[in-house]
Amino acid sequence: MHPFEYVRAKSVDEAVAALAKHGERARPFAGGTDALVMARAGRWELDALVDIKHIPETNILELGSSEFRHGAAVPCYKVYESPEISAAFPGLVDSASIIGGIQIQSRAGLGGNLCNASPSGDGICALIVHNTTCVIAGPNGKREVASEDFCTGPGRSVIGNGEMLVELKIPTPKKGFGAAYQRFTPRNEMDIAVAGVASSVQLDGNTIVSARVALAAVGPTPILSTAGDSLAGKEATADNISAAAQIASSEATPISDMRGTAEQRTHLVGVLARRTLERAVERARENN
Amino acid sequence: MVEKVRVRATLNGEPVDFLVAPYVSLLDTLRDELGLTGTKEGCNDGNCGACTVNLDGRIVDSCCVLGAEIDGSTVETIEGMAEPGQLHPLQQAFLEEAALQCGICTPGFLISAKALLEKDPHPSEHDIRFWLAGNLCRCTGYDKIVKAVQKVADSA
Amino acid sequence: MTTETTKGKYNVIGTRPIRHDGYDKVTGRAIYGADVKLPGLLQGAVLRSPHAHANLKSIDTSAAKALPGVHAVVTHHDFPAAEANLVDLGEGAVNFKHASNNVMAEDKVLYKGHPVAAVAAVDKNTALEAAALIKVVYEVLTPVTDVMEALKPGAPILHADLEGQNLGEKIDGQTNQANHIRHEFGDIDAGFAEADLVVEREFTTSMVHQGYIEPHNATATWDEENRVTIWTSTQGSFPTRRQVAGVLRMPDSQVKVIPLEIGGGFGGKIPSYLEPVAAILSRESGRPVKLLMERSSVFEATGPTPGSWMTAKVGVKKDGTITAAHTDIRFEAGAYPGSPVGAAMMCVFSCYDIPNTRIDGYDVVVNRPKTAAYRAPGTTQAAFAMETVIDEIIEELGMDPIEFRIKNASKEGTRRADGPIHPIIGNIETLEAAKASDHWNTPLEKNGPDGILRGRGVASGYWFNIGLKSAVTISVNEDGTVALTEGSTDIGGSRASISMMAAEVLGIPVEDVRPHVADTEGIGYTDVTGGSRTTYATGYASHDAAQDVVSQLRERAAKLWDVDTDEVEFSNGNYQSKSDPELKLSHKELSSKLGSTGGPVVGSASVDPEGAGGAFSTQIADVEIDPETGKTDVVRYTIVQDVGTAIHPAYVEGQMQGAVVQGIGWALNEEYFLNDDGAMVNSSFLDYRMPTTYDLPPIETVIVEVPNPGHPFGVRGVGEVPIVPPVATIANAIHDALGIRLRESPMNAGRIRKALEEKG
Repeated sequence: MHPFEYVRAKSVDEAVAALAKHGERARPFAGGTDALVMARAGRWELDALVDIKHIPETNILELGSSEFRHGAAVPCYKVYESPEISAAFPGLVDSASIIGGIQIQSRAGLGGNLCNASPSGDGICALIVHNTTCVIAGPNGKREVASEDFCTGPGRSVIGNGEMLVELKIPTPKKGFGAAYQRFTPRNEMDIAVAGVASSVQLDGNTIVSARVALAAVGPTPILSTAGDSLAGKEATADNISAAAQIASSEATPISDMRGTAEQRTHLVGVLARRTLERAVERARENN
Repeated sequence: MVEKVRVRATLNGEPVDFLVAPYVSLLDTLRDELGLTGTKEGCNDGNCGACTVNLDGRIVDSCCVLGAEIDGSTVETIEGMAEPGQLHPLQQAFLEEAALQCGICTPGFLISAKALLEKDPHPSEHDIRFWLAGNLCRCTGYDKIVKAVQKVADSA
Repeated sequence: MTTETTKGKYNVIGTRPIRHDGYDKVTGRAIYGADVKLPGLLQGAVLRSPHAHANLKSIDTSAAKALPGVHAVVTHHDFPAAEANLVDLGEGAVNFKHASNNVMAEDKVLYKGHPVAAVAAVDKNTALEAAALIKVVYEVLTPVTDVMEALKPGAPILHADLEGQNLGEKIDGQTNQANHIRHEFGDIDAGFAEADLVVEREFTTSMVHQGYIEPHNATATWDEENRVTIWTSTQGSFPTRRQVAGVLRMPDSQVKVIPLEIGGGFGGKIPSYLEPVAAILSRESGRPVKLLMERSSVFEATGPTPGSWMTAKVGVKKDGTITAAHTDIRFEAGAYPGSPVGAAMMCVFSCYDIPNTRIDGYDVVVNRPKTAAYRAPGTTQAAFAMETVIDEIIEELGMDPIEFRIKNASKEGTRRADGPIHPIIGNIETLEAAKASDHWNTPLEKNGPDGILRGRGVASGYWFNIGLKSAVTISVNEDGTVALTEGSTDIGGSRASISMMAAEVLGIPVEDVRPHVADTEGIGYTDVTGGSRTTYATGYASHDAAQDVVSQLRERAAKLWDVDTDEVEFSNGNYQSKSDPELKLSHKELSSKLGSTGGPVVGSASVDPEGAGGAFSTQIADVEIDPETGKTDVVRYTIVQDVGTAIHPAYVEGQMQGAVVQGIGWALNEEYFLNDDGAMVNSSFLDYRMPTTYDLPPIETVIVEVPNPGHPFGVRGVGEVPIVPPVATIANAIHDALGIRLRESPMNAGRIRKALEEKG
């Protein structure tokens, strides 16, 4: 492992300055559960890790009437241990409570999960179906990127040299909104998705006003499927949901690897899309 | 050569003040710099829990934390679990229930289980199994570990 | 639940005391191999081949040597020339040329992870950085990683000089077939002709790893007298000494091995990987050197158990009598010959009384790590084939799975297919206990909620267990306590069981026995902690050493009382004159008089007992399967096992439960996943999916005690047979749930889905 410095940034400006100084040889560092493993495996050659956990903005966790602000360094447990947040965002809890085990969830968060940009990241699809906006800071100030546009390839994202994720802005669900994430893993915990699907619906009565379906581990990035669009204006019926699940399945572009075959993953996407849509509708009905 | 950094923290209730290379994990810091070898390495990538320690009230895999990060923090390891002359009830229950065989995963399980019981003194079997899923054991099949934790929970 | 035939017979045996080493292990004080600290200690790193098969053209270590902080860089040039020489290590033999080339590649690398160089430096990271600076030129060769591919004409050849054997004949030309052996009995053709139903099936299993949580480690010093001292986590300090001495080409007595606490082994910590390398690094640097293996290398370069290709063919009459059976078992040995196919052949038919049998076994080298022992080596694979064919026959005949097994069960006097006659065994008793178990008598509702389907499976297994050499000394302290010294490293509570047997003989509380695991200069030769032999053979030595103490204490009492030794009786911890009831001393009282009656009393024994008793287990599993995803959950599991005598029942149950859970992982998810270049790609605990506690139900245990007449307390080995049936048990449960037969392990979700789709 290349020896690197540890920089504890106290502000976004300090962090950005440190990141900009080292260019591609520096990374922001929050939970460390990916960063240290990557550095140790020699996949990242680093001169500095910039700890962003001591910055006020990255620790923000604020549930407002129109927007939920989730700092980039907030660990998973803070999401599911907050009664207010878990009541408002059961779909995010689905993800936050299965990223690693309890030890990992003490440190790892949805922000880092997104920045790691793994196609199988359990948090990314849930963020996408919640219409999350990502606030990025860099040498030229701040910019915002939609969560579905954040990942650009396996392990790659829109974050450039000198940039860091500061926070996630998630619309506070209105009445009739429901979301869910499910993945398939051979083990019940401590595992990585063979395939995963997050779904959200906005209901008006039994009519789906809008829906989002995002697919994990079946392409080079998480995929925002058109299955959600196909449901807009339709009734929340089993048939419509099954048809949408078929669309999701057809849009999966998986590979075969040690975690599963392309065939198995395509099939799983159909099953999980149906199940998460059903669950999202259930939650939407409860949220009325 | 990157310079070592100074770290001041509270370790098992005692103040510590030491220098460590910034890229060294908390696991190696404990074992190599601070002489506390009770925390074990199993995988060095956050997938076995053998290196579990309590950091500021939360359990973490110390292989995925930097030693430099704990400046200002409070860390508890297996060496701090027993009171002088008095095992923690979980340690006693692990002995009585034969909840360890080779013992390499035991410190991690004990630190994890202690955090669970502090959060929830009466967990169900399901809760125990869910909470301990981040700790791998290859010897026991987990049965006696779960029973040992249940025994302490039942007597609390 | 225990079917305790020994209940009430003993004072100490059968109780559940706290193990002596337990306090150190729950407080973090216990010193494992990686915890060793020595003055001037250097840290090492090993550079390993990224290729599964390649010629080593050149190694340039100059840049590594030039890095500040580096004290030594070594390659095979620094090792003595290897000599082909086969030595028995107890559980498997070792050819020193192969062992030497396995610890440091000479001219070829034969698997991804094969060591090619090593570094010692001031700290771990410097050593790793230096290793990365070593330039190795490889001529990459096509790998062959599958046992059947390796046997094909024209397959890539691993060893140009391998002398393959086929049924006792040397194979002409180059081959990957190290051996083909056969056991035959009766008239196999007549046996099948006699059958009303013959079922023959083909099976494959993936290579799997023991998965111990503690990575391999070794610390070594090479001193001015050219003596080597090794600190390590090993299943056997003496076999480690022999391997290190063999690779370093020095007498065994020149090497001292100090065993530290060991974090799991299951057979995988019998071979030496790092010890000779640490010794050579110490010789070159003049400092103590510690090597710690990273988890990925534990998977890629240390002892898995073979993947296999197998057939099983069984013939039965309509009434369920087995008339004949044939199996062909082909094992991946890994990079060097020596798979456990022989053990598989000894066990595969041994649950049954079959008049006509043929067993073929092949040992085949492939570009994978050299296999090592893993808990009943080879037998889980073989039982998967045999017990699922048996299940198919039972289904076809419409019989009860346990009744069928009882009808055909081997018993005392039955000839094992490989020759030996079964002595007193507990096969039928185990099956009867399974039949009486709560699990078997609780009906299973086949349809669960949300489309979940449930199934129940049964399978049985046999393991022969071994004896081998053990030594124990017991010295009596003046306060009546005793210090017990043994050579068996304690992986799972054996200090307690060995002490309990001494306490039983001496008539003292087990807490008064202080056990100590000595190094190779502190106790007589002792074989590995493996082969389910420790409680049997070291326990035997403990019993005999305690008897020796008793006989010496009788002499002391005789001396005190001025009577003949024959006049002194010993019972329940008391020494008593036969003629004068007033003359009576407890063990403790007599111990206090040693100083005035001739000085210390030390009892000792070294044994090599031949009477290891075979063990049987029958297991019952209930699974729940989501047919849409193929996800299988084991929701109830019962293991029934004949243990002979349960010395410490809690640790006996622990062996049973732990083995079952390893078997569940093997059945459902564990495998070596190789890429097209033959390199293992899932070498982490994330992707090599061992069960977590959240994947499992409680594991119910039923201990059956049919004492082994070959041991003073009736001990049979308990550690291995419990892993024999699980893969077959789960396969049979999956069939019961879904109506599909999986003959390829792991039986993961993808394979279940595929089979369901094919079934339609």
